[in-house]
Amino acid sequence: MFASSNLRSALGRARGLGSAKEGLHHWWAQRLTALALIPLTVWFVASLIGLAGAGYDEFILWLENPVNATAMILFLAVALHHAQLGIQVVLEDYVSGHALRTTGVVVVKFVCVGLAAFGIVSTLIVAVGV
Amino acid sequence: MTHAAKPAARPLSPHLQVYRLPLAALTSIFHRITGIGLTLGIPLLVWWVASAAYGSEAYAAATGFINSPIGYLLLFGFSVALFFHLCNGIRHLFWDAGMNFEVAETKRTNVMVIVATIALTVVSWFLALV
Repeated sequence: MFASSNLRSALGRARGLGSAKEGLHHWWAQRLTALALIPLTVWFVASLIGLAGAGYDEFILWLENPVNATAMILFLAVALHHAQLGIQVVLEDYVSGHALRTTGVVVVKFVCVGLAAFGIVSTLIVAVGV
Repeated sequence: MTHAAKPAARPLSPHLQVYRLPLAALTSIFHRITGIGLTLGIPLLVWWVASAAYGSEAYAAATGFINSPIGYLLLFGFSVALFFHLCNGIRHLFWDAGMNFEVAETKRTNVMVIVATIALTVVSWFLALV
């Protein structure tokens, strides 16, 4: 069946072809972050309603609460992870050029991680009162 | 080797520009659009939280923008997008679990998502402003 000029085994030729076997992790991460975001979004919306018209002191007092600080950190981390995964799929679906697509995915990943780190550090500064 | 003179009349695939998208297709693309929109809204959230770490003046600048007419317009758009993405996302999680795939159920959940989005938006803004 196989050309005799190729000494590689059938298994050797097949290895490395096919999917990269990483799609399932992306799919699961998107679903689990979505699931986690349901209660976090309820907390976030309820908090925003409660904070409507709040001044600086009231906001600091609210974010100093350990439960609110924890929820804010989780919300920022999970929402940005979910956003990064989602934007990656959008770029992979609509951007056909390989270089542009990969650059876009990497830039979005860096920006999302940067925003999450900045938001979390800011929350900690307020909550711990540095 | 005898072929028919004319190819059989096959159904044409619908073209986006002349095809009125069914509601399920509209909610599907709207899920992506709201996801992209919400991602663009996260920097505003991070600005708001981070401004508190910089002190009362920075916080006043951030909330000053949020409380401006443009800020309220953005906030309203983000609230609609958030509630739609939340409700439709829950629908997607049910689909991922292999549930509600029948056409009748999809039509029913289409309406549920839209009604819930409107209801949550109206109730949230009522609670926040009144």
